[in-house]
Amino acid sequence: MSKWLNPRSAFGLTLIIVALLALPFVAALGGQAWVRILNFAILYVFLALGLNIVVGFAGLLDLGYIAFYAVGAYTYALLASPHFGLHWPFWVILPCGAAIACFFGVILGSPTLKLRGDYLAIVTLGFGEIVRIFMNNLNAPINITNGAQGITLIDPVAIGDLRFSTTTHILGVSLSGPQKYYYLLLALAILVIVINLRLQNSRIGRAWQAIREDEIAAKAVGINTRNLKLLAFAMGASFGGVAGGVFSAMQGFVSPESFSLIESIMILAMVVLGGMGHIPGVILGAVLLSILPEALRYGVGPIQMAVFGKMLVDPESLRMLIFGLALVLVMRFKPAGLWPSPERKRAAPAAGASHG
Amino acid sequence: MQAKLSVVALSIASVFALSACGEKEAPKPVEAPPAAAPVAPPPKPEVTVKLGHVAPMTGPQAHLGKDNENGALLAIEELNAQGLEIGGAKVKFELLAEDDQADPKQGTIVAQKLVDAKVNGVIGHLNSGTTIPASKLYSDAGIPQISGSATNPKYTQQGFKTAFRVMANDIQQGKALGEFAAKQGVKTVAIIDDRTAYGQGLADEFKKGAEANGLKVVATEYTNDKATDFKAILTKIKSKKADLVFYGGMDAQGGPMAKQMADLGIKAKFLGGDGVCTPEFMKLGGAATEGHFCSLPGMPLEKLAKGPEFKDKFVKKFNGEIQLYAPYVYDAVMVMADSMKRANSVEAAKFLPEIGKTNYDGVTAKITFDEFGDLTGGAISVYQYKGGKLEYVTTVGAPVDVAKAEVKEAVGEVKEAVKAVAGAAAEAGKDAIKAGADAVKDAAEATKAAVEKK
Amino acid sequence: MDIFLQQIINGLVQGSIYALVALGYTMVYGIMGLINFAHGEVVMIGTLVTISVAGFLIKAGMPVMFAGLAGLTVSVLVCMALGWGLERVAYRPLRNAPRLTPLITAIGMSIVLQNVAMIIWGRNYLTFPALLPSVAFEFAGAHFTAVQVIIVLVSALTMLALLFLIYRTRLGMAMRATSQNPAVASLMGVNINRVIAAAFIIGSALGALAGVMVGTYYEIAHYQMGFMLGLKAFTAAVLGGIGNLAGAMLGGILLGLIEALGAGYIGDLTGGFLGSHYQDIFAFLVLIVVLMFKPSGLFGEKTGDRA
Repeated sequence: MSKWLNPRSAFGLTLIIVALLALPFVAALGGQAWVRILNFAILYVFLALGLNIVVGFAGLLDLGYIAFYAVGAYTYALLASPHFGLHWPFWVILPCGAAIACFFGVILGSPTLKLRGDYLAIVTLGFGEIVRIFMNNLNAPINITNGAQGITLIDPVAIGDLRFSTTTHILGVSLSGPQKYYYLLLALAILVIVINLRLQNSRIGRAWQAIREDEIAAKAVGINTRNLKLLAFAMGASFGGVAGGVFSAMQGFVSPESFSLIESIMILAMVVLGGMGHIPGVILGAVLLSILPEALRYGVGPIQMAVFGKMLVDPESLRMLIFGLALVLVMRFKPAGLWPSPERKRAAPAAGASHG
Repeated sequence: MQAKLSVVALSIASVFALSACGEKEAPKPVEAPPAAAPVAPPPKPEVTVKLGHVAPMTGPQAHLGKDNENGALLAIEELNAQGLEIGGAKVKFELLAEDDQADPKQGTIVAQKLVDAKVNGVIGHLNSGTTIPASKLYSDAGIPQISGSATNPKYTQQGFKTAFRVMANDIQQGKALGEFAAKQGVKTVAIIDDRTAYGQGLADEFKKGAEANGLKVVATEYTNDKATDFKAILTKIKSKKADLVFYGGMDAQGGPMAKQMADLGIKAKFLGGDGVCTPEFMKLGGAATEGHFCSLPGMPLEKLAKGPEFKDKFVKKFNGEIQLYAPYVYDAVMVMADSMKRANSVEAAKFLPEIGKTNYDGVTAKITFDEFGDLTGGAISVYQYKGGKLEYVTTVGAPVDVAKAEVKEAVGEVKEAVKAVAGAAAEAGKDAIKAGADAVKDAAEATKAAVEKK
Repeated sequence: MDIFLQQIINGLVQGSIYALVALGYTMVYGIMGLINFAHGEVVMIGTLVTISVAGFLIKAGMPVMFAGLAGLTVSVLVCMALGWGLERVAYRPLRNAPRLTPLITAIGMSIVLQNVAMIIWGRNYLTFPALLPSVAFEFAGAHFTAVQVIIVLVSALTMLALLFLIYRTRLGMAMRATSQNPAVASLMGVNINRVIAAAFIIGSALGALAGVMVGTYYEIAHYQMGFMLGLKAFTAAVLGGIGNLAGAMLGGILLGLIEALGAGYIGDLTGGFLGSHYQDIFAFLVLIVVLMFKPSGLFGEKTGDRA
């Protein structure tokens, strides 16, 4: 925290804030699609920071994180769509979604407390799939989630008459739907970052760190590992829940196929690629991995045309190929992530020794 | 009863189609030369009409995505060759093809991209799962969207004025297949679906249709769209002694499923929707697909005047067979261009109202839309896999009111219909002639009955 | 009753396939504590290479059986090279990195392999040539084919061969030593690099074998076929206790049986509420319950702290 408070950093911080506020207008020059891509990037920052609490802080390998995102998204969808005829305002639903996801976090977390490492990974993966499969099938005998057909016509976020789905003109500036969501997401993301920073340097954060480094030693010094692990699951889950709610509102449609295992893996990749446990690193990872595939989508085709004069390989397959290669290469040359935390960098070489 | 009436309606439609086409085809070559020779530069203004096309180009459905895109490309090429003039300007069509990876999130991103690119219209998406969230964006931007393959009823039920489809939706198809199953003398059916929006929707509607026709559903089983092993559920179905197994899902699962049915010694017939009506299904299912049934919306290509021609063109251009939805996507592009012609404008706001009034004679059907943007008439043709080929069996299903409206004309024209159907059937082979003849006989009876009722 | 027997056969065959793939996972994991997420992709490459080679030879007029054997040989060789390359490029440089790092490279490699396969073999589903004559048997109302019998036999024999390798050969001894403590093993003169490379090569050869079996059984292949298969097999390996060869085998068969019987009976028992749409859940639920009571899987030894 203290790093942010000295005057030089304060100037830097102001600069960053101004840049962030101006960003959607700069991006809009390239088309609203870029604003939308930015929005998804922030959404992933959000998710990655949530997962970072579980994986980065507490060291619990969670491969089913997307389940909480799904729970949040469905909470929003059910409470603000014609499906049940409910139209609650978003500021009621988002906390609800967070609470329900948090509850799920505890439920799913409690049976896994004894498990370590890879066993934990496969069980959380299983939970993630179970949640998705239930959402896919709970249209009978009672229609709760509407099954694979998903829920349509979800209300957009609205403050009074200001609906986030349409373009409005404020003080001569026209603000498109995606741009408004950008600011909402930015505000939420800053909130999450602040919570993360505070957590990291609190008693809880240090206790998590102790569990991550050596659970038995942590227990020995009197840390209640069970409660703290549950807390990590619960906190991570609630962030996922909020992110899911915003996703639902932004898309206007949810269906179970948005919550597949590959999404969980993607978010984990963001955390690890950026630098586990290090907040700026995780943000970097999330932004990179969510924008890279999109940037490649625009870049791969034209470059091939320029270099070879024709399309040798379908741009779409090349895009994913480059994405995969990027994952491998970054990990090869920066095993602790692109922007690891200082102490982790030091600890990195020793970590291998635990492979007993 | 409805089904029989619809046969009449369709036979008539095909007669009209034949005659109408003959007339329409003629002027085209006359128009073509000026376009083919752009050397002499006419001082006319040229406008570029950008049409967005979205389908998965990566992932398990990539082969269908490519097929859709090919359908659209063929249409665009032909439109450009025609050298259309709309609103006094020469029109050049351009396709902006995007990949949504069959992922709803990608679906909205690429939709936004197309909105930004100010496309005049959108063709697609392929999957209902991406079409539905994207339709909101197009609706907000006032961009007309015609999907050639999204069959989920919800797509057009959202109340968007911009959403259309040139394919029967799952409700129409499921209902028609229920009727067909009943006609086959089947008493008990087992239903499997793949838990996707498409498969589930189709299976649910089939169930309703089957039960409405007095069939007993003895088992309802499920799989998923990535599965390869179906023996457990098929074994269960075997124990329930179903006469027919209905599958709501795609070819990649349907083919192996048919094979595994044979392995387990299940004698029941297999019936599926458009998702399994592909060459891929027969390739994957091999000999085990022989004698099974599937359905496609609209009339068979061979039966429609423009069909065989389209097929030839497609095969020649892309050096491969039509997979599935290419003709529908082709029609979707043509309908959009046709509306522009009628509105004499390429601006979305101007030609959008014209899409609703479409009365276009496409390669897949005579296309008109109801108030929701769904294809009216929604005829469904059933095919049988025979000797590695799809053979046309019959056409079922069309709303009663449409059929009734046509009854009057029908009486007078049954004779012509007989000729038309028989003529068309001759191309398809001996068996089909018989089927066609039967259909016509049915049609005649039905018409008689309907008239008497009146 | 014939249905029950049929479901057992279904489960046994499906389970043997899981087991064959799970052996590959467990082989690598047992020695270096690494989840080789790309193993499913190795299986996929194995299947696709066989299709190309056998398809080409059959077209060239070679008898189907020989073409199949040639395809199998080539695909085993290709996969061995692939396994060696994977280890060299993606895992060896990371041996001392934080534990999640190789997991991400594995995911990256898996994406790379899928897309390379898509570029080479295209996006469409491919049909696998029928390599074995389709001989069908009927026993007490249950149907099964020669292919199914062969799959069960192959996976059982493979497991036995692996057990022999691990417990009766010098290489096996070196592997066990490496798995116990790499540092000490290397002091004792074990060439760690070579042992780990050997584990990858053998694991990948098994992957190729599994790929050919899967192809022969279902007669279809696709560039994304490896993912789900890998996941299920990995679940099986964990269920049996990852790192334990016999455990992987039993875990695989158990998983197959659970899926078949679950799909076959639970629907009726719960009045259609929990039908076959929850097939994938049964497997995970059993896994979770087993791990709650035996946190190292059914047959896993109590390893120390892997995390």
